[in-house]
Amino acid sequence: MAKLTIDDLKKIKEKVHKEMSLRDGERRVRVTVHMGTCGIASGAKEVMDTLLQEIEDAKVNDVFVTTSGCMGLCSREPLVTVEIINQEPIKYEYMNPNKMRQVFKRHILAGEIQTPFVLARGAEVTR
Amino acid sequence: MLELAAHILDIAENSIRAGAKLVEININESKIKDLLSIEIKDDGSGMTKEEIKKVGDPFYTTKTVRRVGLGIPLLTDAAQRANGKLKLKSAKGKGTNVTATFQLSHLDRQPIGNITTTLVALIAGNSHVDFIYKHRHNDRQFTFDTRQIRKEIDDLPINHPEILKYIRGVIGEGLQEISTKA
Repeated sequence: MAKLTIDDLKKIKEKVHKEMSLRDGERRVRVTVHMGTCGIASGAKEVMDTLLQEIEDAKVNDVFVTTSGCMGLCSREPLVTVEIINQEPIKYEYMNPNKMRQVFKRHILAGEIQTPFVLARGAEVTR
Repeated sequence: MLELAAHILDIAENSIRAGAKLVEININESKIKDLLSIEIKDDGSGMTKEEIKKVGDPFYTTKTVRRVGLGIPLLTDAAQRANGKLKLKSAKGKGTNVTATFQLSHLDRQPIGNITTTLVALIAGNSHVDFIYKHRHNDRQFTFDTRQIRKEIDDLPINHPEILKYIRGVIGEGLQEISTKA
């Protein structure tokens, strides 16, 4: 493979610009990967990377990924929160790359909550 | 934490929580000096003298959701196990500088691990923050700066999947070129 250059970046930019005008890139889903020390130590980085790769592969541009800190449930990390617009947030516990792929394909894309991995519904309350 | 890339991600997350706008990560692998050093430098809020004293205490944290703060203690431990140490410089309003050193050839030195996923996770999760990554391996150096990327993509978000894919490729190639071994 030829080396990636700034020119490649320019081409990507042009391409994305064209696609954006077609689809407007609105944010339908927000996924939060919890990245405190506890999350990172139990594999949040791999979960995050899997999610980003899945988004690339599926070529969707309405899924927005963000990170947050520890929420005090360290023993259940890695935690991932999926918020689909106009729906209650769903928090998944003990995530790993395989579970993340399943949640991405079944929940984020198809809308079926993956109950066996769910920790809770609703947003966390920050004290 | 089994790899240094995870520590880097953790310390950089601290920087971001401290309101940093620019985080610099410098890695230096020197075979001649038998030294590996990792420096994470930010322009965040910094710490007071009292806070600096407490930072190595695993039961000190600024968070309220739990009573332990293990990020710095874990990195200190990883460095000490590999015949190295952790240095922390910080001043209120002036940012923080964390440097961990390791004996490169030490049997207990953790592997660096996957730097690419660390950087991509940082960039994707914190699109408002800029990152500079410098990796020196003996006489070769790789530098990656998100500000350069931002300059080229104008109004496109840096965490757009296509851009992240490009970034992943650039970092992967760069690290391969300097043939990092740690």
